[in-house]
Amino acid sequence: MSTDRRPRRGLARRLLATRLADHLTAPHGVDRFLEQLDPLLTVHQVRGVVSEVVHETGAASTVVLAPNDAWTGFRPGQHVQFGVEVDGKRRVRVFSVSSSTARDDGRFSVTVKAHDDGYVSQYLHREMAPGTVVYLSEAEGEFVLPEEVPGGLLLLSGGSGITPVMSMLLSLRDAGHTRPVTFLHYARSADDEIFRGALDEVVATCPWATVRRVYTREPGAGDLQGRFTTAHLDLLGIDPATTPTWACGPAGLIETVRKTYAEAGAEQMLAVEYFKVPKVDLDAADATGTLSLDSAGLDVPNDGRTILEQAEEAGLTPEFGCRMGICHKCTVKKKHGAVRNVLSGEVRADTDEDIRICINKPVGDVCVAL
Amino acid sequence: MLTTLLNIGKGPVPSASDHDERPRPLVSETDPERRATVGLDRLTYEQLDELAVELDAIRQRVLDDLGQEDADYIRRVVKVQSGLEIAGRALMFLPFIPPAWLAGVASLSLSKILDNMEIGHNVMHGQYDWMNDPALNSKQFEWDIVGPAAGWKMTHNYEHHTFTNIHGKDRDIGYGLVRIDEDQPWHPVYLANPVLAFGLMFIFEWGVMLHDLELDKLQSGEETWEQVKARNAGTLRKIRRQVVKDYVLFPALTGPFFLSTLAGNFSANIVRNIWAFNVIFCGHFPADVETFSEESAENESRGQWYLRQVLGSANISGSKVFHILTGNLSHQIEHHLFPDIPSRRYPQIAPEIREICDRYGLTYNTGSLGKQIGSVAKKLFTLGLPPRKDAAATPAAARRDDDLAA
Repeated sequence: MSTDRRPRRGLARRLLATRLADHLTAPHGVDRFLEQLDPLLTVHQVRGVVSEVVHETGAASTVVLAPNDAWTGFRPGQHVQFGVEVDGKRRVRVFSVSSSTARDDGRFSVTVKAHDDGYVSQYLHREMAPGTVVYLSEAEGEFVLPEEVPGGLLLLSGGSGITPVMSMLLSLRDAGHTRPVTFLHYARSADDEIFRGALDEVVATCPWATVRRVYTREPGAGDLQGRFTTAHLDLLGIDPATTPTWACGPAGLIETVRKTYAEAGAEQMLAVEYFKVPKVDLDAADATGTLSLDSAGLDVPNDGRTILEQAEEAGLTPEFGCRMGICHKCTVKKKHGAVRNVLSGEVRADTDEDIRICINKPVGDVCVAL
Repeated sequence: MLTTLLNIGKGPVPSASDHDERPRPLVSETDPERRATVGLDRLTYEQLDELAVELDAIRQRVLDDLGQEDADYIRRVVKVQSGLEIAGRALMFLPFIPPAWLAGVASLSLSKILDNMEIGHNVMHGQYDWMNDPALNSKQFEWDIVGPAAGWKMTHNYEHHTFTNIHGKDRDIGYGLVRIDEDQPWHPVYLANPVLAFGLMFIFEWGVMLHDLELDKLQSGEETWEQVKARNAGTLRKIRRQVVKDYVLFPALTGPFFLSTLAGNFSANIVRNIWAFNVIFCGHFPADVETFSEESAENESRGQWYLRQVLGSANISGSKVFHILTGNLSHQIEHHLFPDIPSRRYPQIAPEIREICDRYGLTYNTGSLGKQIGSVAKKLFTLGLPPRKDAAATPAAARRDDDLAA
């Protein structure tokens, strides 16, 4: 399933996106000039303007975005990079798209739960107003439904992990899907459930959808009791071996689901996506977690030294210069996780930010583009 | 199976306080115990430490204050530069209106000057990295000049700013072309000093590009030809893009005015070359700017590093617009003390820096553009001649060491 509802670009916009335009505007590129008129005029960089902010239940906000025509649409389950500028500083986070692919105005939404220590999620929840420009990326991620959607599928989620599977469910509904779908969601309580109203509507209007909600901290409320177990699948009459399943949620839930499918020999039926907030450990016990060297496909246990040293230990030869934070030659993209600057002691936890690996060490799990 | 992290928790507080792209003092690899002697002819170790505390405090105060205003400033400069470039290119279509061509050259020259100096030089120092905007990030920025950003960042940000004015380490002393300091050994070729400098002025962007290739590393055996080639892999592509844009595509777009556009673009590049050359030669080459030996600076303290930056740099006085057009390199002293702080802050802190220099008895070298250029020109002429015998026997650095020992 996919969507590309962009209005067709006119001749001028198409010319601006050509390589000739790129050569004429070298070295900065055509977007650098277009954005001087309006930040949304860029032909390569995806940007959007906030058209609406809806406060959902469970301290979550849905931000509806009107992307510019550099946006090429999304497949339900994918996520986008979401950058906002506050005090001159751009902060980028990654959020799943929560809306249906069927919106005919070309807009999409992300839904974000406000975390106490999440700067951007708090900002979205409290301050973001219609008209704000958001620096986006194209939709990314492989946690998607196939073009040919099979019948008898299970969409399983916990907490805020509901957003990508909600996008799948709503997209299926709007595409006229009629084959059986089970939607199994775990929330702490009914008050904590983000899309309560939208799910009620699906229950009322979609006979093909079986929606089951479990409230783990409200015994007796919900359709099933307690945390996810194999018994829950049995009660719903679901056989992992024959049920294509998409699961998204916190690490604990995903691990249990994985184990269940592994035990049933049905790992190939399961696609998962984690949702988690990494723990930023500000104490001396920095040497925890795993350093993921993304391009090399290596995971090494964090030994507390700088990322450059650990990468070299792992057999990589990253580019470097002064090895003391001056020359920027070793700068790489940190995809996620927290790092501590060994010079200043500052901890940074932004997604997709440039760090100098010679003077930063991981604090817990970190993934870098090396 | 897929594992993607969807949300990240705590981010840093919204300030640039932790921003740190400054060079480190020199460390000796062979003798880690020895203390550096730089500055001892003027100050004691204790005074040098106090100097470092005072300057570090100014630095931290500015960093804590960085925010929206600084972001707005650099974006405003980018907006003006983009506008000037578009105007310059557009005016080339109207060469039949006499002042249009001239106005086009002026616009394009100013655009290139702003791009290279107030934007490019400063962005590539990491002055705006804290904004986390890819368009203003030191790692990604590329400038409107033939030399690619990567080579320049190596020779300038690292070598020049770390080893400022240290003989044998800072390749910017005379740019390997002219004799501008009496501690550079004299050679008959320097008889052509003034001619070489005058010639370099017109082709400055090509000179910078060649300088950044660091071909001398091949000659000295420090690198093999393969290493030199690998290090400069992007240079040819960058040159091609610049040349094709200014001398093929835009002239072709103006059709019958091909030659006039080509001449206009060529002129703009020359104007930028002349301007950049003069500003940059005034930064470290006027009279009384000091140079240092590597030995005297090894294991230097932060205070000694600061002292070396002050004594090794010279400012140019002028109006606000003049400062912007020099990329605030007219505040060379402030820039060398804090190369990673946004340049618009240099004029703001300059009075304080000057007061500190006065208090510690450090020369704060400043003067009008005319005065500083005159001073550089005089040195180019006198240092091109063979040194007098008595001066040649005791180079300045050795003389300073002798003073210390005495």
